[in-house]
Amino acid sequence: MIPRPYTGRRITNLLVNVISVTAAVMGILILIWITYMVIYRGLAAINLDFFTKLPTPPMMPGGGLANAILGTLVMTVLATLIAVPIGLLGGICLGEFGQQSRVAEVCRFAANVLIGMPSIIIGIFVYGLLVITMGNFSGWAGAVALAIIMLPVVARTTEDMLRMVPDPLRESALAMGAPRWKVTLSIVFRAAKSGIITGVLLGVARVSGETAPLLFTALNSPYMISSLSQPTPNLTVTIFNYAMSPYEDWQQLAWGASLLITVSVLALTLLARFTFGEQKR
Amino acid sequence: MNTVQTPDNPVAPPLAIKSLEIAELTSAPSPKTTSKIVAHHLDFFYGEHQALFDNNLEVATNRVTAIIGPSGCGKSTHIRVYNRVFQMYRDQRATGEVLLDGQNILESGTDLLELRRRVGMIFQKPTPFPMSIFDNIAFGLKLHYRMTKRETSDRVEDALRKAAIWDEVKDVLHKPGTALSGGQQQRLCIARAIVVEPEVLLMDEPCSAIDPIATNKIEELINVLKEMYTIVIVTHNMQQAARVSDFTAFFFEGRIIEFGTTKQIFTNPVHRQTEEYITGRFG
Repeated sequence: MIPRPYTGRRITNLLVNVISVTAAVMGILILIWITYMVIYRGLAAINLDFFTKLPTPPMMPGGGLANAILGTLVMTVLATLIAVPIGLLGGICLGEFGQQSRVAEVCRFAANVLIGMPSIIIGIFVYGLLVITMGNFSGWAGAVALAIIMLPVVARTTEDMLRMVPDPLRESALAMGAPRWKVTLSIVFRAAKSGIITGVLLGVARVSGETAPLLFTALNSPYMISSLSQPTPNLTVTIFNYAMSPYEDWQQLAWGASLLITVSVLALTLLARFTFGEQKR
Repeated sequence: MNTVQTPDNPVAPPLAIKSLEIAELTSAPSPKTTSKIVAHHLDFFYGEHQALFDNNLEVATNRVTAIIGPSGCGKSTHIRVYNRVFQMYRDQRATGEVLLDGQNILESGTDLLELRRRVGMIFQKPTPFPMSIFDNIAFGLKLHYRMTKRETSDRVEDALRKAAIWDEVKDVLHKPGTALSGGQQQRLCIARAIVVEPEVLLMDEPCSAIDPIATNKIEELINVLKEMYTIVIVTHNMQQAARVSDFTAFFFEGRIIEFGTTKQIFTNPVHRQTEEYITGRFG
């Protein structure tokens, strides 16, 4: 037998290597480019006023985005408080109790569809559900919209993490005479803890950058938050409004807000990766 | 064996009353042994697939019973019925009778939590809980007994001593159980199982995932533990069965081909299949 010539295969190998490395570098370059632009343009906007002052009319110096920062923070925390308990319980149901049941199949499918749902549709849904019925845009509606986006992410990550816990661990806890709920809460959950926290953090990172659902629900406001039943200022819609405006100082603030969100999301992702991702193998 | 003085202390039924005698054994190591567990016409199903066929077995009190046989013959399946841990999986079911001190544990009224306190289990791979060494042991105590912190720590120490691992872990009790070596983890699991004062210990190939030295330690431990507990051990290792057990059951394709004293099974097996397996001609 004469082996096939090697030259052709070497060339194919080289070619595939070059193409894939180029593709990878392009992806990374774009990320670096965006980060660079945001830092380069946004850094100038970051000062004490940015965090402490309210927005000013165009051309009036000294304005900040204190209200939008606070608004985004409050709505994100609220969304997390709504989505995490429901998501965790849903994930437990999917991963621990209803693994093969019909209900779980349907829930899992629904969660997957919901994850892929364009966020603007969720915005319109909450608009119809809360904004129209309550009569005005509100922070509550914004938080609910964000929670709906977060919910399936938390539920599916929880399920995936629980499934990664090997069955013998469950069996050995059961064999100790522990009731099933105790096995789930004190053994399985603990074993999956880091993965679940990572999932929650990634969920938070995901919603903290959402604009479309807030556009229909929280809207925006140039004033300090007085109540969540009113239109609530937030960073992403502010970026949208200010970046489109013809005023340079507003555009500057939009860059600053972009930088703040980028850094926050980056920090959350890194935190998820390094603090809690370590034990995950 | 000391008992726990709390109102919650489960009262063990008097051992001898309902236990049956093993009559057909020709050369039992002790002239009189009673049966702790009796399996009677036990069948087992994974969904549609039947894995055990009419298993009849008597496990002698305070003796070591070894279960041997080729892979997939139903050894583990059989002992997993004794604490009904198989019930975690919806499609698995057992029919027939398994009498623990004369009480059929397959009956629907059986309190699974109590059953599992009385019948502890050691698994093939060590399964330390994701918590500290101390908490690994205290977990079972807190499940089944109410006691002071002082008593808890005394009992944790006692269990770790009985499992011959105290000297290795006494200074690192706060460290996670997963930080121990495989052999240590397995002894940790044994300590965890015996701390709740079970009557039976089921061991499902407890040495298959650990090195020979650690295996040796666990075998020595089994010899000590059988004074206090009835032990059923599934093993792939024929020498191990010969070394540690008093009785041996040979399983093949879900049936118990032969059961007798370990001496008889290894020196004078009645069935050709048993002999072929033991001499290494198949399996």
